[in-house]
Amino acid sequence: MYIIIVGGGRVGYYLARALLNEGHEVLIIEKNATLCETINEEMGSVCLRGDGCEAATLADVGTGRADMLVAVTGDDEDNLVACQVAKYKFNVPRTVTRIRNPQNEKIFKKLGVDVIVSTTDIILEAIEKEVPTHPLTHLLTISDKGLGIVEVRIPPTSAAIGKLVKEISLPAGSKLALIIRKNRKPRIPDPNTIIREGDQIIALTTPELEEELRTTLTNA
Amino acid sequence: MKVVIMGCGRVGAQLAGLLDNDGHEVTILDTDAYSFRRLSPSFGGNALIGNGIDQEALKRAGIEKADVFVALTQGDNRNVMATQIAKHIFNVPRAICRIYDPLRNELYNTMDIETFSPTTIFAQLVKEKIES
Repeated sequence: MYIIIVGGGRVGYYLARALLNEGHEVLIIEKNATLCETINEEMGSVCLRGDGCEAATLADVGTGRADMLVAVTGDDEDNLVACQVAKYKFNVPRTVTRIRNPQNEKIFKKLGVDVIVSTTDIILEAIEKEVPTHPLTHLLTISDKGLGIVEVRIPPTSAAIGKLVKEISLPAGSKLALIIRKNRKPRIPDPNTIIREGDQIIALTTPELEEELRTTLTNA
Repeated sequence: MKVVIMGCGRVGAQLAGLLDNDGHEVTILDTDAYSFRRLSPSFGGNALIGNGIDQEALKRAGIEKADVFVALTQGDNRNVMATQIAKHIFNVPRAICRIYDPLRNELYNTMDIETFSPTTIFAQLVKEKIES
């Protein structure tokens, strides 16, 4: 695949390396001359100095035949424009962008960007997961389907402790997928599984139902 | 009319003054309070600190009730993004955007927002002046 990366910062650099290792044709577009030089010295001539939001630059690098454009500069607005120019001027089939402001996810989706990666959200989720008292953690969002996979820990005060799975009225559309218990193999809960203190429950839910699921499983 | 202007540079400040004089309800946004020095002393509209690519700042500026949005910052991409937010998220009837880069201007002009490139316009103007 021919993949164009806009932005040769850390994300762009490591992404390019990974994609090159997988055997893809990769080109980085970076404004900063020093960054460009470093990349070219280390990886061979894969970096072009220029503005990846400019149609002229994108034309020069043959964006018309690119399979994918990935915008990973530090500025959300630059990433948006790079993706839109690629998509609407050069018909690039797949555009991917990194965003810093999580609020921009909806907007970018609406404005035609195919895949949006919110680095802020990812970092937050990773840290939340490490906070022991945090009752609900997002593990994965399946954005196209409006679904998410979350982890809920059963606190000692939870009213769900000692109940069978079938006795708990989960919000419709949520499903308990896995129970992880200390010193036991993870198991798929059946209706007669008993919820215990300290259980780590992996559940499938929608963003709207997350709060309801959390209260059902953790409230006293 | 209610007009929200993003960017209080020379053009933004001048436009704000003109519209205010004509009796329109003007709110002007800029990320730097120092920019508001460019507004004329008689300016009767609102001057707000905020970034026009931030939905919250736009809401504070009253974007939900605005008839016109104009993006006049130095950054083409910022202008393009803010104008699209105004048009497609807040459904502002008219969203106008300055884009210096003529190629980018061409592309976005076909995309539901009104754009103009001062580069092209000014070059044309000077050319006509020389040739007349």
